[in-house]
Order: sequence, then structure tokens, then C-alpha cells
Amino acid sequence: MSELKLPSIDYAALAPILIMLGAALLGVLVEAFVPRRLRNAVQLGLALVAVLAAVTMVILKSESRVITAGGALAVDGPTLFLQGTVLVLAAMALLLVGERTVERGGAFVAHAAVTAESPEDRRQAEGVGGATEVYPLMTFAIGGMLIFVAANDLLTMFISLEVFSLPLYLLCALARRRRLLSQEAAMKYFLLGAYASAFFLFGVALIYGFTSGIPGRGAGVDFATVHAAVGESSSSQVLLFAGMALLAIGLLFKAAAAPFHVWTPDVYQGAPTPVTGFMAACTKVAAFGALLRVFHVAFAGASWDFTPVIGVLAVLTMLVGAVLAVTQTDIKRLLAYSSIANAGYLLVGVLAPSKEGLSGTMFYLAAYGFSVLAAFAVVTLVRDADGEATHLSRWAGLGRRSPFFAAIFTFILLAFAGIPLTSGFTSKFAVFGPALEANQAWLVIAGVLTSMVLAFPYLRVVVMMWLSEPGEATPTVTVPGALTSAALVIGVLATLVLGVVPGPLLDLTTGAAEFVR
Amino acid sequence: MSNFPFLSVLTVAPLVGALVVALLPRKRPDLAKLVAFGWSLLVLVLSVVMWFAFSAGGDRFQFRESYAWIPNWGVRFTFEVDGIALVMLMLIAILVPLVILASWHDAESSKRSVPVYFALLLVLECTMIGVFAAADVFLFYVFFEVMLVPMYFLIGSYGGHQRQYAAVKFFLYSLVGGLFMLAAVIGLWVVGGKTFDWQTLSQAEFATNTARWLFLGFFLAFAIKAPFFPFHTWLPDAGGAAPAGAAALLVGVLDKVGTFGILRYCLPLFPEASRWFAPWALALGVIGIIYAALLAVGQNDLKRLVSYTSIAHFGFIGVGIFAFTTQAGTGAVLYMLNHGLATGLLFLVVGMLIARRGSSLISDFGGAGKLVPVLAGVLFFAGLASLALPGTAPFVSEFLVLIGTFTVNKPVAVIATLGIILAAAYVLWMVQRTTQGTLNPALTEVEGMRRDLSLREKVVVAPLIALIVLLGFYPKPVTDVINPAVQATMQDVGKSDPAPEVGSVQEAAK
Repeated sequence: MSELKLPSIDYAALAPILIMLGAALLGVLVEAFVPRRLRNAVQLGLALVAVLAAVTMVILKSESRVITAGGALAVDGPTLFLQGTVLVLAAMALLLVGERTVERGGAFVAHAAVTAESPEDRRQAEGVGGATEVYPLMTFAIGGMLIFVAANDLLTMFISLEVFSLPLYLLCALARRRRLLSQEAAMKYFLLGAYASAFFLFGVALIYGFTSGIPGRGAGVDFATVHAAVGESSSSQVLLFAGMALLAIGLLFKAAAAPFHVWTPDVYQGAPTPVTGFMAACTKVAAFGALLRVFHVAFAGASWDFTPVIGVLAVLTMLVGAVLAVTQTDIKRLLAYSSIANAGYLLVGVLAPSKEGLSGTMFYLAAYGFSVLAAFAVVTLVRDADGEATHLSRWAGLGRRSPFFAAIFTFILLAFAGIPLTSGFTSKFAVFGPALEANQAWLVIAGVLTSMVLAFPYLRVVVMMWLSEPGEATPTVTVPGALTSAALVIGVLATLVLGVVPGPLLDLTTGAAEFVR
Repeated sequence: MSNFPFLSVLTVAPLVGALVVALLPRKRPDLAKLVAFGWSLLVLVLSVVMWFAFSAGGDRFQFRESYAWIPNWGVRFTFEVDGIALVMLMLIAILVPLVILASWHDAESSKRSVPVYFALLLVLECTMIGVFAAADVFLFYVFFEVMLVPMYFLIGSYGGHQRQYAAVKFFLYSLVGGLFMLAAVIGLWVVGGKTFDWQTLSQAEFATNTARWLFLGFFLAFAIKAPFFPFHTWLPDAGGAAPAGAAALLVGVLDKVGTFGILRYCLPLFPEASRWFAPWALALGVIGIIYAALLAVGQNDLKRLVSYTSIAHFGFIGVGIFAFTTQAGTGAVLYMLNHGLATGLLFLVVGMLIARRGSSLISDFGGAGKLVPVLAGVLFFAGLASLALPGTAPFVSEFLVLIGTFTVNKPVAVIATLGIILAAAYVLWMVQRTTQGTLNPALTEVEGMRRDLSLREKVVVAPLIALIVLLGFYPKPVTDVINPAVQATMQDVGKSDPAPEVGSVQEAAK
């Protein structure tokens, strides 16, 4: 019997992941031992310190390009960039989560298990301190995302998918107001997410079968083995295609691409707005990070086979997102459909198999994350006695009541519409350019056409805010606390700076745009 | 003096002014107006200095400046002007102070902030100057799109009837064009070797089919912007709803971006495609001339009528550009300037008339000349300039376009000439129904109709009238600047003028 060999582990390269997961465990202990009145501050502090420490480690180790933990994790340029992006965006989301002055007790419910709409539920809506379990849940989710973008074999990827999905399902159910909607969202997300995970796992199994069918090679689901197997002509194409399709379903579900997008509007609407922002920004980064790695590393040899299919899905995603956004009357649902359309633009970048394409996609992810978090930060501020006023008709005349926040939101909407001097424009350019170079002109034309459609709903909100007279029902904007202000300022500044001087970040993404194999 | 960075200063200056004006307290509208007016005068003075620093016989492009912006994509802040752009810059610099002066009281009638209105006008000036001064395709695109934002708010927040609808329509139409152009810009970048520099790109050769597609992307954007038939339907709405000052800028300057873009980007970058598409463009131009003129005859709303007249004029400009002769080209550019002056004046005067009456319907007027003789006289003059009466500046340009076209394409020239007759019809009927004839008794009861032109309004119209007459009799200073640029553009397209059969043809261009 041979000696058991332990894989070498590069702990420094894994430090960000270890820090986040450690902080999450600490957070659980804090829940148990710290007195209730201190808990919120301690938890928020702990989570933020952990995120900052993790970001520091990412920056310190920004030159590392290793495959470690027995080939399970790859810490390379894209990993580090995407981990850094997830962490920075997560820090903004944590700031929104930690906000306690906009609404008494925060955006989260104290006891999620209380029957919705019961007298007790109404009582706890009136300012009982919210659950502080959200922080460990958030940190677990962040930790899972950090593994997800680094995963170098399909099983690790699956496990990290679950690690970040399960906390998200719970987080969706914790909204303080509109409990039924929130619980429904969580249920939907959980059920559909479980399906998607099952598809993914089945895909992993088929790929394993595919790799084991090649004589003279070991079977496995790490990307190097898969990559080598894809190159073999003797392998079974049926297993490969079926496996790829099932994996793609699992990943595209998280990325909110059509036709796996149906959960998005409901979940975005029902979840507490800070969590929605977190999902729109960080989950998207994580999901596309994994998509990039799977398609560019594991299945690079099959790009002729998957490109047309994913291309069709990209066009479909853009179309669905843009056309359905036109009919929305709820701001959170509108942003959800806009996020779906953006998933389509991101897929265009994924399908450009070049260094520029990879760099452009990563740039897009970062830029979009900042804008979308800022957008949801504004949504948390527009409120009346019943909490957030998300129906669009309620936003009429907001520009008169609160010109400053209306101006900020207008700016973000113009960014979404891709007007120059905002990051929305530069990021579109960053993905469309490489796509044209890769002879995917049809994707670019579809992107341009849907951008036109999408401009209309954005513009409608602008018209609502500025050109309509404020009605009796126009809610006021709550003056944000320091935390929301900080998140908002970061998001808006990033949107502006990345639109005017995208050079530095482009240097960063270009330098990072190479996978280790 | 030619080392002075004219173009970047000219572009940035209005933006700084806009910030200053926007930060002025809302309670001090008069201060905001004065600062905005002073600032625009400053820009005018600088432009005049630049006009004299430009040497008409010198290089095609002058005042080049280039600064790094996004090195990863080869994007630079590159500014330079040829004669065509220079003329347009002068037009902007002249019109903006007059528009500010003319809309002195416009913003007060709405409940919105007055300083913001003037700040938006200055932001608009910044983007307009930028779009004509840019020599980097990316930079041009940026200004082209950003220009929409201040105009959108000018129409949407300060406009009249149906302003929301008009503002959204304007924005969406322009954005649609802009996005087609974006696809073409990215395509140009990819096939042109990842540079946006105009000079480099104009030397590059593209495959025939690629060039045709790229041409189409640019042309669509410019045809919507100009607007050419059948992409024109946003203009009457936007022009009708915008406050008169903004409408004067919209039609006087903003729309020229379209024709300017065709001259600067479509023709030199894609010469073969331009020749290939020229018959279609000519057809659109001719249809536009006749169709818009017929619609103008039938309008009952003054601002919409003026908007339709300018669609007809843009048809002339389009014909002039795509005839590919130096005379027609020079005529078209001169038309861009003269149309800016004449239609700008017409819009401003009509705005004054509407402000007095409180209605823009022609049927609400009648015999107004008896109450406000000076205003009626100016309206008549503006109308005559607009129909290109000899002695006014538009005549020179229209004539140049027609003879330049006649030498190469007789049918088009002949049909286009019909447009002149129709122009006489819509202008004269409009003047007759508003200021001539028996006095509409309702007018005497309107307080505003008893005041003739104030000193401020006279100051607004006088420079325009003077320029229209001056350029009508002596266009040489302008044609000297335009001619070399147009000749160079026609060389880029690869078309030489037909040998003149009569020596005097060349004289007319001078």
C-alpha cells in the first residue's frame, strides 16, 4: 500500500478565502456570545475587517499564478481580479446591509419564522432590531464566491456554488417589509436554484464519464484533464455535449441568462434591497468568473461547438431583458430585467476568445457591479411610511422633491443606457470590440439593437423623475446614513471615473487576463 | 498665436462657465443670466481671434492638439479644425450669446430653476464645440452622444406643449442613430488597426463590403441627426416643443452635426462606399426638399412650420454634399452656416412673436404687423432670407448648390429648383397669415402684442440681420476658408470637378 501523499497547499494564495470563511465562523460565535445590543456593530465591523483583510491579501499576492490544493484551486490573474472585485463590491453591499438610520432596525426582519402579516409580524416590522445573522450569511456567501471564481475542477466548483447559494436563499427571505413577497422570492430562488445545481452536478457526472472513456488517460473533472480530453478525437462527443449543456444550464442560471432567468425579477423584487444589490453585483461577477474559466480553460477546444449555442442564448437574453424591461412598473423589477440584459452583453464578452475579450468582460463585471449597487442604494432611500416605494408611478416628480438623489439616479440610468463618459459606455465598448474582432458581428448588432430598446425604460424613469409633476403620493428621499452614503459615493464615483478614465482599470484587467492551466 | 490651444480652451471654457452658473443661487436668476451671457461673449471673442489666426491658404487642418486619454484603446483627445469645422465653430460662438439674450425671460415662465437653464445652454455649447473640433473618432462619438443630454433636459424641462413626448422622441431617435454609429465606430477601430485617429484612418483602405457597412452605420446616425427624409419625424416635435432659444440651437447648430459628420467622416473614410450610396442619398435629399416643403405649407403651428422648412433646407445640403463637386460642396457648407443664421433668426423671431401672443398657432394671429411693425418687419426679412432671396446669404449657397449639381446631375438640380418655389409659398403664406391682412381683433386684447421689439430683442436680431446681408453680398471671406477644405474632401472621395464649359462658373464659387 502506497503512502498517502498530502497535496501541497499554498496558504498565502488561499488567504482571502480562508479569511472570509474564518470570519464567517467567527460571526456565528459572535451571534452566540456577544450581547444583543452590541451585535450589529461587532458583526458589521468583523465582516468589513475581514473583507478589507482579504482585499489586502489579494493585492499583496496579485502576482501569484499557481494551481494549488491538489489542483482544486487556481489562483491566477482572472481569479485575483475577480476575487478583488467581489470583495470590493461585497464591502459596498455590507455597508448597505449595515445601514440602520434609514429604517429603524435596518432592512432585515428580526424573526423570519414569524407568520407573515400576523400581529406579531406587524409589531416586529415597527423597528425591532433586525437579525444580525445576515452578516455571517453574507460572509459565507462571499467566501463561497471567492472559491467559485478560483475553482479549477468541477467538483470544487459545485461545492462552492452551494456554499454561496445557500446563504443567498436565506438572505432573500429576510426582508422586513412585504414579508410574503420576500418569502415567496426565497422559496422560488431555492427551488429553482436547487434544480440548477442538480443540472450542474449531473453535468459534472457526464463530463467524468466523458473523460473516463478515453483509453490511456485517467478520468477526472479537473480542468486540465477535461481540456486534454476535449482535444482527443476518439472521445465520445455525446457525453461531452450533454455534459457541457448541463453545466452551462447551472452556470447560466446563476448568471441570470435567458431562458434560465425567470427567477430574477421575482427574487430581485422580493429580497431585501441590499441583498438584491449584492446579488446583482457579486453573484454576477462570480457566475461569469466561473463561466469564463469553464469555457476558456476546460472546454476551450470545443469553442466551435458551444459558441453558436451560447451566442443564441446571449441574443435571447438581451432580447428578453430589453423587451420585458419596457413593460415593468416596479423599479426593482426593471433593474432585474436590465440585469438580465446585461448578462447578455457579458455573454458577448465571454464568447470573444481572446485576451481582450477576457479583459473586457472582467472590466464590464467590475463597472456594472459598482453602478448597480449604487442604483439599489438609491432604491433603499426612496421610501414612505410603508418602507421603500418601488412602484414607478410613485417616483413621479422625484426630481423636484429631491433633486440631488434624482440626479444621481439619472446619472446611473444614463450609464446603464451606455451614454459616453459613464462606465456603461466604456464597458460596452470593452466587450463589443473584441467580439467584432472575433467575427461575432451579429452579437454586436444584437447588442446595439437591444441597447436601443433598453434605453426606453431607463428614459421613462428619467422622465418620471424630472418631467412629471410631483403628486401627493410622491415619497420623499430619506437622508441616508453614513454607510449608505459611503456605498453610494463609491458606486457613483466608480461609474464616472471608469467612464472618463478607464485606462488604469483596463491596464489591470489586461494584465490579469491570462488563465493558468 | 497659432500655438495657443484654441480648441481645447474653447471646448472647456463653456463647461467651466456652466458649472459657475449652475452653482449660483437659484434666488439670483439675473446674476446667472449675466454670467452666462458674459461667458458666452468670452467664447465668442476667443473664436473671433481663432478665426483670424486660421490661415485660409494654409494646411487643411490647423490648431492640432493631441493628449493621451485611454491608451489601451488608442483613444486620444485630438482636436483640429479644417475650414468647414471652423465655420461651424464661428456659427456656434455667434448664436449662443444671441440665444442666451433671446431667452432672457424664457425660463421664468416654467417653474424650473433659471440658472440651470442657462447652465444647460453652456453645457450644450461645450458639447457642440467639441463635436466639431474633435479629430478622434471616439472623441467625436462621445460628444455626439453627450450632446443629447443637455438638449433633452432643455426640451423636457423648459419646453412647451407636449414637451415630454418631444424630449423622449428626440432622445430615442438620436440614440438609435448613435448606437448604429457605435457599432460602426467599433468596426472601424477593429479593421482600421485599433486607432481612432482621423488622419490615420483616412489613409487606411478597407474592403469594399466592410466599408459599405461602416458607411451605412455612420450615415444612418447622421441622417437621423440632420435629419434627412425619412428620418425626420422627430424634428417638428422637438422643434415645436423646445423653447425658442433651444430650438434655434437645435435646428441651427445641432442638426448640422449630421451634415458635418457626412462631410468629415462618411466621405473621406469610405470614399468608394460614398460614391456607391450617392444616388440614394441624392434621392433622399430631393424627396426631403419637396416633401418637407409641402408639409411646411400645410402647417398651422409656427415652430413646426419652421422645423419643416429646415428639413427642406437639409435636403438641399444633402444634395450639395452628394453631388461631389467643389461648388456644390462649398454651397452645402455655406448653406450650413447661412441656414444656421437665417433659420436661427427665424426661430428667434417666431419665439418673440409666440411669447407675446402666448400661442404658436398661425390662426391665432392675423394683421399683427399693425400692432408690432418692427417685429413683423424682422419676421418678413427672416422669411425672405429663409426662402433664399437674392441679396440674402442663403441665396448664395442655394445657387452654388444648384449650379454645382447641375453640372453633374441635371434632373436632380431641376427638381430641387422646384423647392425654391415651394419655399416662397410657405414663407409668404406664413407671413401673410400672421402679420398682414386685417387685424385679428383678439390680438388687441393680448397685453404682450402692444409691445414692439425691446432693445434687448433688437440687439438679438441686429447681428444676425447684418451677417445675413453681409454674407449675401460678400461671401468671400467665408468661401475662402471653406473652399480648400471642400476641395480636399472631394479629392478624398476621388471625384474631380467636370471641366467648366463656361469660365464664369468658377467665378461664382469665389
